[in-house]
Amino acid sequence: MSGTFVGMPGFHPHGLPAFPEAAREAVRDTTLRGNLRHATHTIRAKRARAVAEVADWAELREAGKRIKDHTLRHLDHYLVRLEESVTAAGGTVHWAADAEEANRIVTRLVKETGESEVVKVKSMATQETGLNEALEAEGIRAYETDLAELIVQLGKDRPSHILVPAIHRNRGEIRDVFRTEMGAWGRPAPEGLTDTPAELAEAARLHLREKFLRAKVGVSGANFMIAETGTLVVVESEGNGRMCLTLPETLISVVGIEKTVPTWRDLEVFLQTLPRSSTAERMNPYTSTWTGTTDGDGPRVFHLVLLDNGRTDTLADEVGRQALRCIRCSACLNVCPVYERAGGHAYGSVYPGPIGAILSPQLRGTGSEIDASLPYASSLCGACYEVCPVAIDIPEVLVHLRERVVQGGPAVRGGNKVVLKPAKGHAAERAAMRAARWAFGRPGALRTGQRLASRTRRLHPRTLPGPGRAWTGSRDLPPVPAEPFRDWWQRTQGGDGGIGGIGGKGAVK
Amino acid sequence: MRVALFLTCVNDTLYPDTGRAVVKLLTRLGVEVDFPLAQTCCGQAHYNTGYRHGAEPLARHFSDVFRDYEAIVTPSGSCGAMVRELYPRMGERARAEGRGDTLAAALAPVVPKTYELTEFLVDVLGVTDVGASYPHTVTYHPTCHGLRALGLGDRPLRLLRAVEGLELVELPGAEECCGFGGTFALKNADVSAAMGADKVRNAESTGAEVLCAADNSCLMHIGGTMTRLRTGMRPVHIAEILASTEEEPAR
Amino acid sequence: MSSRERILGRVRRALADVPKDDTPYERAVRRDYAREHGRRTAEQTVDLLAENLADYRAIVHRTGTDGLAGVVAGLLRERGASSVLVPPGLDEGWLAATGVTRVADRAESTPHELDRVSSVVTACAVAIAETGTLVLDGSPDQGRRRITLVPDHHICVVRVPDQVVSSVPQALERLDPARPLTWISGPSATSDIELDRVEGVHGPRTLEVVLVG
Repeated sequence: MSGTFVGMPGFHPHGLPAFPEAAREAVRDTTLRGNLRHATHTIRAKRARAVAEVADWAELREAGKRIKDHTLRHLDHYLVRLEESVTAAGGTVHWAADAEEANRIVTRLVKETGESEVVKVKSMATQETGLNEALEAEGIRAYETDLAELIVQLGKDRPSHILVPAIHRNRGEIRDVFRTEMGAWGRPAPEGLTDTPAELAEAARLHLREKFLRAKVGVSGANFMIAETGTLVVVESEGNGRMCLTLPETLISVVGIEKTVPTWRDLEVFLQTLPRSSTAERMNPYTSTWTGTTDGDGPRVFHLVLLDNGRTDTLADEVGRQALRCIRCSACLNVCPVYERAGGHAYGSVYPGPIGAILSPQLRGTGSEIDASLPYASSLCGACYEVCPVAIDIPEVLVHLRERVVQGGPAVRGGNKVVLKPAKGHAAERAAMRAARWAFGRPGALRTGQRLASRTRRLHPRTLPGPGRAWTGSRDLPPVPAEPFRDWWQRTQGGDGGIGGIGGKGAVK
Repeated sequence: MRVALFLTCVNDTLYPDTGRAVVKLLTRLGVEVDFPLAQTCCGQAHYNTGYRHGAEPLARHFSDVFRDYEAIVTPSGSCGAMVRELYPRMGERARAEGRGDTLAAALAPVVPKTYELTEFLVDVLGVTDVGASYPHTVTYHPTCHGLRALGLGDRPLRLLRAVEGLELVELPGAEECCGFGGTFALKNADVSAAMGADKVRNAESTGAEVLCAADNSCLMHIGGTMTRLRTGMRPVHIAEILASTEEEPAR
Repeated sequence: MSSRERILGRVRRALADVPKDDTPYERAVRRDYAREHGRRTAEQTVDLLAENLADYRAIVHRTGTDGLAGVVAGLLRERGASSVLVPPGLDEGWLAATGVTRVADRAESTPHELDRVSSVVTACAVAIAETGTLVLDGSPDQGRRRITLVPDHHICVVRVPDQVVSSVPQALERLDPARPLTWISGPSATSDIELDRVEGVHGPRTLEVVLVG
């Protein structure tokens, strides 16, 4: 019943540093900064070109948004419909209220096959639930087969990007990981492996091939689930997805409930917007769709595990629920200036970047230091909203979640209505905001403050102590002028402007 | 035409030159400018930091002060966006909280007639050549709220291109945020500083003397970074460039 | 209470604030996006397919019906293929000019056995010009999904212009969701190293497309 288990050893929110502290380290890591800058700038330009190719991008984006909104609004109906369709097509549907339950179900299903290893297609949902660790604890080894996931798994690292979890590693670092770690997991890296991407891809091909060919159980996520037909869709590039979806005898797919779309036809929108937004391609190399099981082709047994794990709590928030439209393309990460400098690990979640900053505090709540700091991990520049293919207004949700952090208020956690207390650590800020509101409510008080600043301006230090250091650590303060504008105006233009409304002495009621 | 200058609290306190430039520019273009002294702050910092309820009385005050003017002109993209984009949202949220339509009704009059300065010049007055002279090399940074929330597009560039003697050079990575972001600059000072330093390096690479923008909050951050990094460039608000003439050149 | 009931109950409570809306789905989403991008003749559509396939590093060949067997034989010879997988319903004429050992697509074959086969020849269900995509639907002339996955060399024959559509929306209309589908756009690739595209990972590293018609 508890929705608090998160299962990722590296990403258990409690005990992780707040975003600013984690980001401080990353900003100073010049290799990381270089890697992220190179990768994000490469993809940004390509995405812009891929999107510019389709003249009806705005219409596709709007349709994608509406399809998702409609589905979320009737999610109970479509989930039941999906269950019926998948069952009719020969699959078995399981429901998991939280991460722990999902892991328990998958572990049991794997054990029932008698196997002790599984091959996995990259799946955000199973990263979120910490499935690999849960399987490991039961003596089942999970092999990640996506190249970037493999790099992360071999390097005992943490993912830092939704699409390319090893984006923080450059080719030289990847070669080193392959050389030193591959042997412990199976076929070692070829002798004399260099850092050319083609050779690294070849090394991964050789290393994973034996695992694919002998695999009896595959574990996947899905990009879309079609309620009307019971069809699941996996969009990928390398062919590891096809391997995991077609060679094993048993396939277990763990999918968040928000991945549902109503009809087959809906794919005509997302199969145009997703590839262009994520890898900046007209179409990704491979897309697999399957509906239950097919006699003589692919797995004979198919299980679908529908995952809640905080999604229904998110759905209960009328501003925040738009985050559930996300199709995990990662365009918002690639364009985000904060992500580019802070890196993915600072977000303390499998969902980094702007979408992570609104998803993690909703899926996990704002109780931990990291989750309470994530809504502030943005300058609200709006680049994420601009590129989002389902038009999630990420800045709007960020500000909404800031409100939840500083004000508290009603929310839903684990399916139950709760009233959140304001987060700790904002007392000084709250007082400052109250004082500012008071002064701004009284033009006279504002003017007194301005005049005081002007009169003492020669005494102002160039650097500030205490919290002011946050500004003057890297920036000089602007000089305070001899008189504020309003004094000049009164001196030269003669008196109090204001028509109809209230005069200079008016105060906020 | 009589318009109200909504200067913003930051400009009033720290950048009176920008206010004087707007007055000079609009007066030169035949616009009667009024500065209602009761104006204070639009509430943007409160709203964006999570104190929406604290921003509400400031928004109501704003509407009380400005509602009877024909047009409200502000030399700040972000404060303009606060009124145009976020005041309606505040009204909607109040309604969703069961507080009825009173806030939405109170704020509605000011929303459609609030203009950012370059919008007012190009869209309302219909001018791009404002008769300015500014013999300097300038690079232009489009600030985020002007660019993405208000959709200023190339209006500022069209105005700058028409300025006599001004050489406009393109800023690499122009559309990337400078890292100010209001309280973000304090709450995430390290990331903010890194973004600011990158912006300044890009600006420096143009060889321009001046980095121009339509928002002094961003220029305060960029300018503070410029002097700290000891670059020779200086930040200048677009109003000061457009107000500058051969007879009365800007500093 | 089962988790199913718990989750469905949470969904219903979460949506309590949303006003009831019974607009049928067909009318709830405006689909004013394009059915295809630009107007082209059938011939131009085939040219665009060829161009986009090549852009993502598929090798494209064009021939008339009479030349097909010769082209396929030539491709297998150049490849040095020692064996070729053949789906059960493949037009026998396509392989009439080659003596390469045929391997039938059988349910009993293990993945390891498939891994020892050099090449595979299949037809396709539909091809999409705008994206350079081939879609396989497991029909008898295309075989099981795995036969176009494990061998390193895939020759796919597209009947033009009949099997070519312009766009993704047009392709979906022609496809049956009940069949297992594989959409292929170029050889396998990855962007996982520095977000730069590199061709050739787990799927066939060489994709040759023969446009016949």
